Amino acid sequence: MLLIVETLIALGKIAFVLAFVFSFAILLTWAERKQPALMQDRLGANRAPIFGLRLWGIFHSIAETFKLVFKEDFIPPAASQFAFRFAPVVALFPVLLTFAVIPFGNQLEIGGRVILLQVLNINVGILFLLAFGSLGVYGIVLGGWASNNKYSLLGGMRAVAQTISYEVVIGLTIIGPVMVYGTLELGDMVLMQNKLLFGWLPMWGVVVQPLAFLLFLPAGIAETKRTPFDLPEGESEIIGFNLEYSGMRWGMFFLGEFIELVVLAGLLVTLFFGGYHVPYLYDSFELSGVGGFVFPWGATIPLADVWVVVLRICSFAAKIAFFLWLQLLVRWTLPRFRYDQLMRVGWKIMIPLALLNIALTGIVLLAL
Amino acid sequence: MIDKKVVRVRLSWWQKTYYPEVARGLWITASHFFVNFARHWMRHVFRMKSVTPGAVTIQYPEEKRPVSPRWRGRHRLMLRPDGSPRCVACMMCESACPDECIYITPAETPDGRVEKYPAVFDIDLLRCCFCGLCVEACPEDAIRMDSFDLDLASYARKDFYLDREFLLRNSELTTHAQYDGELEGRPVSRLNLLKDTHPTTPSG
Repeated sequence: MLLIVETLIALGKIAFVLAFVFSFAILLTWAERKQPALMQDRLGANRAPIFGLRLWGIFHSIAETFKLVFKEDFIPPAASQFAFRFAPVVALFPVLLTFAVIPFGNQLEIGGRVILLQVLNINVGILFLLAFGSLGVYGIVLGGWASNNKYSLLGGMRAVAQTISYEVVIGLTIIGPVMVYGTLELGDMVLMQNKLLFGWLPMWGVVVQPLAFLLFLPAGIAETKRTPFDLPEGESEIIGFNLEYSGMRWGMFFLGEFIELVVLAGLLVTLFFGGYHVPYLYDSFELSGVGGFVFPWGATIPLADVWVVVLRICSFAAKIAFFLWLQLLVRWTLPRFRYDQLMRVGWKIMIPLALLNIALTGIVLLAL
Repeated sequence: MIDKKVVRVRLSWWQKTYYPEVARGLWITASHFFVNFARHWMRHVFRMKSVTPGAVTIQYPEEKRPVSPRWRGRHRLMLRPDGSPRCVACMMCESACPDECIYITPAETPDGRVEKYPAVFDIDLLRCCFCGLCVEACPEDAIRMDSFDLDLASYARKDFYLDREFLLRNSELTTHAQYDGELEGRPVSRLNLLKDTHPTTPSG
């Protein structure tokens, strides 16, 4: 009986997180077209009505999915048949796992049972995320290689070189927050971020680790392989790994990319922007009493824990939406780096700065 | 030899840090985003029609931009007041046509007032390059290219092979009087090539 309940709870959490991530990813296919349209004084996708209801073209995401599913599934005869089919799965599946370690709330007590609002609570959380996040590039290089096309292969090679370079940056950058919070578990990191600095400033990662944030954001965008760093894909002229892909196999690469965006936004929020926290909002576990808002000027608003959880999930979603918006903004504003620039920025500038950040963090931690 | 001295702008240290310049660029695009967002909402949700539109888009099949009077498009043949074609089958347009897309078979008129009339006047639009030389060549002002038919599209080649009856049908679309200025800003009536609908005559 206990096992069944535990399993059901775990499945419920998985279903919630997957629904959360997928709805963001599907909406991104629409936002990816609508936001640049607004930025460029255009209208963007505004058709695809359902029963005459257009809703600013939001149903384009559904229409596009149907289009991709029913498109001709072409596999080049000279391609490696197994690897070609397998690559999109490798690109999509590990990315889906990464969101498991990101907490979307602290905990919820239902009928004496404390439910942790995080699918996977392991004490190597961030390492797990980085490991699975970087597995996605195997799918890309495999796809490029299996296509039996030199341009695809070159695109895959660019993806690998870029991802490896920027993974070093990400790994070194994350050490800063890890030193400050003293844990690798993302749930604990988020809990630490609700403390107040000087009695009023929430101790969010961006406050204590501003340099790490400034390095992590571009490195993260480079990891998602999007426009200032979109050399693996380079669809406008240098063309890349997905050249021979069509239909839903191509769509799976892009679903993986959009989910990577959501995961990057989630990671940015979790590491640097207080995760699910609303400033000055505490639940009963943190206050060991009645939860609610406790403002630094003394005012309090008591709230039941359920409402605290709802508020926090909403705040988490809002923060993720903001960072997705920011990523789309960057993607539709900046032109692409040249490949030598990409490597120079990564190895000669960002890695030394990340090392400097570790040194500075160490000095500050020793001095305090 | 004239040398052009190319001035290479060296980036300042501030610009080379990249972040401030990126922030400036993002500020421009983000301000466009928010301004257009607000404009769309004010116009379409709060129905404030005096607000500047948030987009410069012309929604093509429903909206069309006004066409210049000099614009050349699908041909039409003009009629005399008595309803007979103005064309006297002199073959000038057929001779002038660089694409050889006009096919005329002349015939004698029964009453003898005019020597000839076109028994067959076909234009193969798929060969036409819309150069307008036929209009220039015509001594009778019988052929014009001002049908303002913008969307020439069809599923079959035969739909682009226009015969005399079709070309004559749009004769009363515009007259000389409407040429001078009145056409500017007038929404172009949609002539459906496929359905052979009779075009609407503009008033005035």
